[in-house]
Amino acid sequence: MRNVWIILRNELRRYFVSPVAYVLLTGFGAFFALVFWNALGFFVNRGMEMQLSGQSFPISVNEEIIRPMLSTAGFVGLFAIPLITMRLFAEEKRSGTIELLATSPVRDAEIIIGKWLAAMTVYGSILLFPALDFAFLFRYGSPDWKPIVIGYIGLMLQAGALLAIGTFISTLSRNQIIAAFVTFVACLSLWILDWPAGYETATWARVLSYMSVRVHFESFTKGVLDSKDAIYYVTLIFLGLFFTSRSMESLRWRS
Amino acid sequence: MITVKELTKKYARNTAVDNISFEVRKGQIVGFLGPNGAGKTTTMRVLTCFLPPTSGSAAVAGFDVLEQPLEVKRRIGYLPESPPLYPEMATTEYLTFVGQLKGLSGADLRKRVDAVCDRCAIADVKTKLLGRLSKGYRQRVGLAQAIIHNPAVLILDEPTAGLDPKQINETRELIRKLGGDHTIILSTHILSEVEQTCEQAIIINKGKLVATDSVHNLQNRARGAESVLVEVAGRNGAVDSATVQQRLAQISGVTVVHIKEKRDSRAIFEVETRKGGLVRGDLARAVVESGWDLNELRPAARSLEEVFLQLVGDESQAGGAAASGQKQ
Repeated sequence: MRNVWIILRNELRRYFVSPVAYVLLTGFGAFFALVFWNALGFFVNRGMEMQLSGQSFPISVNEEIIRPMLSTAGFVGLFAIPLITMRLFAEEKRSGTIELLATSPVRDAEIIIGKWLAAMTVYGSILLFPALDFAFLFRYGSPDWKPIVIGYIGLMLQAGALLAIGTFISTLSRNQIIAAFVTFVACLSLWILDWPAGYETATWARVLSYMSVRVHFESFTKGVLDSKDAIYYVTLIFLGLFFTSRSMESLRWRS
Repeated sequence: MITVKELTKKYARNTAVDNISFEVRKGQIVGFLGPNGAGKTTTMRVLTCFLPPTSGSAAVAGFDVLEQPLEVKRRIGYLPESPPLYPEMATTEYLTFVGQLKGLSGADLRKRVDAVCDRCAIADVKTKLLGRLSKGYRQRVGLAQAIIHNPAVLILDEPTAGLDPKQINETRELIRKLGGDHTIILSTHILSEVEQTCEQAIIINKGKLVATDSVHNLQNRARGAESVLVEVAGRNGAVDSATVQQRLAQISGVTVVHIKEKRDSRAIFEVETRKGGLVRGDLARAVVESGWDLNELRPAARSLEEVFLQLVGDESQAGGAAASGQKQ
């Protein structure tokens, strides 16, 4: 456990002394601000229209602002995740520091989990921006907080799965750009696996749809914590990290 | 301290290390010698548990590298060929991280960081980023990283590569000083380095063990004969080297005369004699009496370099029969 903490802290320090973390934070911070501003614009407009037409249906802040923001945050992960994971192992392989880690009295699993947790922390810090936006909603209104918490759990679970896959892909190359691009394609493919289910009802389409990360995320945005979806993500995290450890081991046998 | 038994490491297409065995006793400094691509780095990587052996075994302080890698890693300090530095970290920050990885913490860790900074003469760059350090400093931070947890065994892969002559001397001095309490294996393809720093040499070539012996013995290992270098000059500008060679060969006790170097007015001959044949006086007399000038007459020192080239050369000619130095 102590070793995981040492690796995690070192990774975080290196994320935050290099410009990577700041560029990501600034970029996504600005992006979420834009999304929030637009969502708020629609919401206000819609509210006024309803009042003018004499309808008195209450429109929900959760439905109109928070839910689309959470979906957007999930989608944005597709772009952020490859940028976060690309350096995890590729950089260490290129600079030779992997030899330091591999010859220190630390288990492979501790290195992998430490690095993955560091990636989770960086992604989590990106998610602070929508949280900041939501804080304004609480200041001027009274949205339901439970769907937000569940949405965040979903975001972290989904990101955990994709980050685990990215971590694995980062062990395959010593080139960060290749690692980032392959991770992006992999995440995007997992994202769109449910498309065939739109026109096909055969079993294979339903199986593919079940394997899509997006399908499992939907319930979380609705504020529903479904154990089936959580198990899907946890399984994916476990698989990704397991493949990473296999890959690290095979690095030693092949190199 | 280190036991390597019939170690073989095969890669997909070639065999990097082929059935080598050796032992290193506690406190020894051993030079691991061989041309580039001989298998030095691979052997070291097996010893540090970075690579698993294909067959055979390696053990450090009684722990097998495959069965108890964590115990081995705890006892080893390793400096790879290029020091494993994070360019975006400062020196003390980096050394602290490595110390933590090796299991140090608290006041003990701070003390060790200061100690290795002093020992490796990097105290003046403590707060500098590693990426900004010069090659010499980077190498020394690499060495500091290897000794931070005061390991029983130090494995240094070409510790002086890329340093300037002054830094090379300083590094060798440092390694010699470390020799007392650490067992050290250092690889190099520079022979004088082994002559200066090591007590024991392990020579490998093309993955095979060529010789293991003390440096002293290796230096003394002559071809069972003595050789003398003679420089002869013609008095009137030119010298007929063939005639001189013939004349020298006639002297009793001389076995072979090679022409080593030939210029217009002078030539250098390497004269091999039977052991104990004191022929230098006869050589001088023969040269002078034949009307040539004797410019120089000196014993050909058999440096480790020649022994090495001879061993490595024999090895490739003999097609791989491993000659163990222990026989002599």
